[in-house]
Amino acid sequence: MKVGVLALQGDFREHLFALGECGVTGELVKSAEEISKIDALIIPGGESTTISKLAKSFGLFDLITKRIADGMPTYGSCAGMILVAKSILDPASGQETFGGIDMQVRRNAFGRQTESFEVDLEFKGISGAPLRGVFIRAPWVESSAPGVEILASMQVAGVSHPVAVSQGRVLATSFHPELTGDNRVHRYFLEELCKK
Amino acid sequence: MSKANEPQVGGARVKRGMAEMLKGGVIMDVVNVEQAKIAEDAGAVAVMALERVPADIRAQGGVSRMSDPDMIEKIQAAVSIPVMAKVRIGHFAEAQILQTLNVDYIDESEVLTPADYEHHIDKWNFTIPFVCGATNLGEALRRISEGAAMIRSKGEAGTGDVSNATTHMRKIGGEIRRLTSLREDELYVAAKELQAPYALVKEVAETGKLPVVLFTAGGIATPADASMMMQLGADGLFIGSGIFKSGDAAKRAAACVKATTYYTDAKIVADASRGLGEAMVGINVADIPVPHRLAERGW
Repeated sequence: MKVGVLALQGDFREHLFALGECGVTGELVKSAEEISKIDALIIPGGESTTISKLAKSFGLFDLITKRIADGMPTYGSCAGMILVAKSILDPASGQETFGGIDMQVRRNAFGRQTESFEVDLEFKGISGAPLRGVFIRAPWVESSAPGVEILASMQVAGVSHPVAVSQGRVLATSFHPELTGDNRVHRYFLEELCKK
Repeated sequence: MSKANEPQVGGARVKRGMAEMLKGGVIMDVVNVEQAKIAEDAGAVAVMALERVPADIRAQGGVSRMSDPDMIEKIQAAVSIPVMAKVRIGHFAEAQILQTLNVDYIDESEVLTPADYEHHIDKWNFTIPFVCGATNLGEALRRISEGAAMIRSKGEAGTGDVSNATTHMRKIGGEIRRLTSLREDELYVAAKELQAPYALVKEVAETGKLPVVLFTAGGIATPADASMMMQLGADGLFIGSGIFKSGDAAKRAAACVKATTYYTDAKIVADASRGLGEAMVGINVADIPVPHRLAERGW
């Protein structure tokens, strides 16, 4: 199985490294030719507006959208979560998403950088010690359809907001496991979604 | 679910991690809301809000300081990408102000007039992350030991002359490569020579890279400049005067973003270089008297 990491902008090398730690040789992809040859895709953290604009201007947008819709296993962290959402609550002008999970996300939901944080999380399907969630100007899931499975949530002011979800073969997290050296989310993606 | 543990803000990982998210991107200097929107539409990963771009600071002279909070807040309201702002070297009170404004990153910048010719800001004291300039590895490591979560090579701001950016990137890269070739018992003297903490020197020698993201700045004006800096090992770019001091800013901004992403593909960089109109006129660094060179500020 060939796992591509979308390398238009963001922390794609950290995802590539995490895949390597899981025993998978990933591949950085940024052209239509490369994207059409992969079996699974990781969309990294970065600036979601920048990534979607670059995808559009290089004719990758419709290809990625179609490949995800056709069932390519896909994992998005942070900006990647925004890009696999069906819709954005407060999009930047002209910002569109690839889709993949029937949810609406709120960008920068926890606030600006001074509110970025780390916290321990329980993640459904991952056992052992809690996951250390690194949230950087992170989004959360504002609303989702019944078919979307909620894997982790955060309580903010008494309200629970999903921060890790999956639907079909698509996984999304608000946080950045690729920054922690803990590869259990990547393993979960490879074991549970890529082999579905 | 998260009740048992309190979220921890302002740690090194979220500060450095924020810069990781900017990698492969272009951060653009903007002086008003219109420019900020053009930058965001062009695909900038962040904007630097300031009252005068370096080329104007250079032309107009005088003391250059932190921007008006009103101006910064207008830009924050206009775009959804991160907003950075500059403080004078050593001016911790300006940094305290920017932290209350909730900007996303502070640039402790030699482009402004230094407020302290001896000390930089103790950046560990802040929740907000800092980026600092450096001309060589020792300077970069001193800034990191003070808490900088991101480094940019300085170049010579406001010139459109990329030569100093090249010098500084080659210098930092070369010094890192040299460290990786030393025996472990030689690192003590290396730390002395670099005037940097031994622990950081050892870390760089082991990993072959800085412990934080390294961007390039100063004099970058064309897609070709962007490609060259990325090929020299930059994680991303700051473009100051180069965009909004040129003919067609929107087109040039988008072209520089493309060249930064596809920096190894000369054909794409060539296409991005077409029909951009007038580039910023520029000044040769060699023509600037040494006391007026911004890169010399900071130590």
